[in-house]
Amino acid sequence: MDYLQLLVGGVANGCIYGLVALGFVLIYKATEAVNFAQGDMMMVGAFVTLAFVNEDWWGMNFMLGVILAIIVMGVLSYLLEVIVIRRLFGQPQFAVVILTIALGFVLRFIAGMIWGHDPQSLETPFAGKSFDIGGLILGYDEAVVILSTCVLTLVLYFFFQRTRLGVAMQAASQNQLAAYYMGIPVKWISSMIWAVAGVTATVAGILFAAKGAIDPSSGLLGIKAFAAAVIGGFGSLPGALAGGLIIGIVEPLAQFFAPPGYSQILPYAIMLFVLVVRPNGLFAQIQQKKV
Amino acid sequence: MRIHFKTDYQQDIRLFEDRRETIQYLLLIIAAFAAPFFLSEYFLGEVTYILIWVLAGLGLMVLAGHTGQASLGHGAFLACGAYMQVILLEAGLPFLAAFPLAGLFAGVVGAIVAIPALKMSGIYLAIATLAFGIMTEDVIILLEHWTGGVEGVFTPGISILGFEIDRWATPDRFYWLCLIVVIAVTLVYKNILRSPTGRAFTAIRDSEVSARAMGVNVAGYKTLAFGVSCFFTGLAGALLAHFLQVFNYEAFLILISIQLLLMVVVGGLGSIHGAYYGAIVIGLLPVLITMARDFISDVTGAGNFTIPGLETGIFALILVGFIIIEPLGIYGRWTKIRIWLELFPMARKDMFRRQKSYLKTERMK
Repeated sequence: MDYLQLLVGGVANGCIYGLVALGFVLIYKATEAVNFAQGDMMMVGAFVTLAFVNEDWWGMNFMLGVILAIIVMGVLSYLLEVIVIRRLFGQPQFAVVILTIALGFVLRFIAGMIWGHDPQSLETPFAGKSFDIGGLILGYDEAVVILSTCVLTLVLYFFFQRTRLGVAMQAASQNQLAAYYMGIPVKWISSMIWAVAGVTATVAGILFAAKGAIDPSSGLLGIKAFAAAVIGGFGSLPGALAGGLIIGIVEPLAQFFAPPGYSQILPYAIMLFVLVVRPNGLFAQIQQKKV
Repeated sequence: MRIHFKTDYQQDIRLFEDRRETIQYLLLIIAAFAAPFFLSEYFLGEVTYILIWVLAGLGLMVLAGHTGQASLGHGAFLACGAYMQVILLEAGLPFLAAFPLAGLFAGVVGAIVAIPALKMSGIYLAIATLAFGIMTEDVIILLEHWTGGVEGVFTPGISILGFEIDRWATPDRFYWLCLIVVIAVTLVYKNILRSPTGRAFTAIRDSEVSARAMGVNVAGYKTLAFGVSCFFTGLAGALLAHFLQVFNYEAFLILISIQLLLMVVVGGLGSIHGAYYGAIVIGLLPVLITMARDFISDVTGAGNFTIPGLETGIFALILVGFIIIEPLGIYGRWTKIRIWLELFPMARKDMFRRQKSYLKTERMK
């Protein structure tokens, strides 16, 4: 039963990693840029929600606050793409990597200025409650994390398979030039992709802040999510979630079994191993670079 | 505008373009050597710190700037050099032997890391090196026996042929030591660049496929580039160990690796000058911020205030500006200004216009 308990905690953590990783993959698939600031976007999303919901800020109704935060973050990410990222259109991939790393630092700095550097917790209606399924104690927060991830995944799935915008995004991700010839507004699409990634990051941030505490350097969790995205193969949405779950589950188990100190390394060690053995990830969609 | 009439192939690969340039650099070196006579002890310490960063930057420049292999984990090699230096000195080796060995150790580690990294390109390489950089911190703590774990280590003093060199007791000697190492490494770097090895590096950076088609052994040269780069960075790490005197894993957090890369980019990727300019920006920024803060609190009477993370925030903003407006960094901007001045009335507006291009996909599907 102990293992099962660990496993549930791991799955809940893994969902959060998976959601952040999903944001990486969305942006990478559509624009071939890698957004190293995804973790920091998660952090900012969590703080915005916190500002809407917590008593010592504006103290709104929880659901209302969450929806507002999601809208705000979607708009912010959209604007980020329009104002900053788009200027690098057609520049080497590496430039975007460095730009987003720098943007991550800027976001962390701004969040530190507004919300301070102390860890804060999001006040949720389900904090501290738990229920018991045949000896397995499941916190409401963990249940909410797992459930919301499932719901969000389904929503994204239908969005990409069934809506006009989603299909257009898929087209743009496969071949920008051809999509442009077909009359798809590629620039607008890439802005929208950033908005969607911002929204997933916000959801991940809300779940993260509801489960524990958040501070401006929580964005570094993004690096772990990065490992998740790599393990899953950078171009695959289900792969990202699976990678997140793998890392989420491995971490508590390693803490339990391995000598202290090794559990922090393990996610990255797995990632390096995957990179060496299968450079394109376990769920590869990308073949080797040709001329 | 200077026009060089070339009569000899050797002229293309000369260290300095002409006599004027030679004299300029000689004057610069003389000024640098004379610095301890007119700088206060505090600023001398700052300049020494900048020199160490220059050295680390030169290391990363070989890899990121000239071979086109981004490394987000160069702090790991800084750590290799620093810890190896302490271990060797503790074992009783003289400084003159320990110093190159520490660099060599970092270089060999770098070359070993390069072997799996050869399979990856572009973004995957960046990620792998990032993972390597993150793991450094934890690995240092795990290898407590050699690295002192969380408590850290104490660096023994330097003694070269009877000269005692200490960062605090004789800051000028330590400064000269760093300066000599930096100049030597710069010369080695410059010489690599004008040799076939350097041209192979640049060929790989510009296009791996065409480099291979031209008969460049891509895997071999990439490994070599990693080795050389990590050797330089390891030397910087060894000097850093002497600069810090007491240090633990916190000196090599992942932020250091990222700052190193950002520094190289701000300075200007693909130029030796870039490493210098970037290090100067990194080194002087905290000093400038402190000055600005004192000035503001004097004027407004707000008293002493501190904003945590201000340095990194401002540095990141500068970087965002550079990436968007001047991707070639300070050196690139300076070159443009110089050419504009040299051509004065003839310069055209679109001379440095960036070519617009479509995204070339790395995916084949």
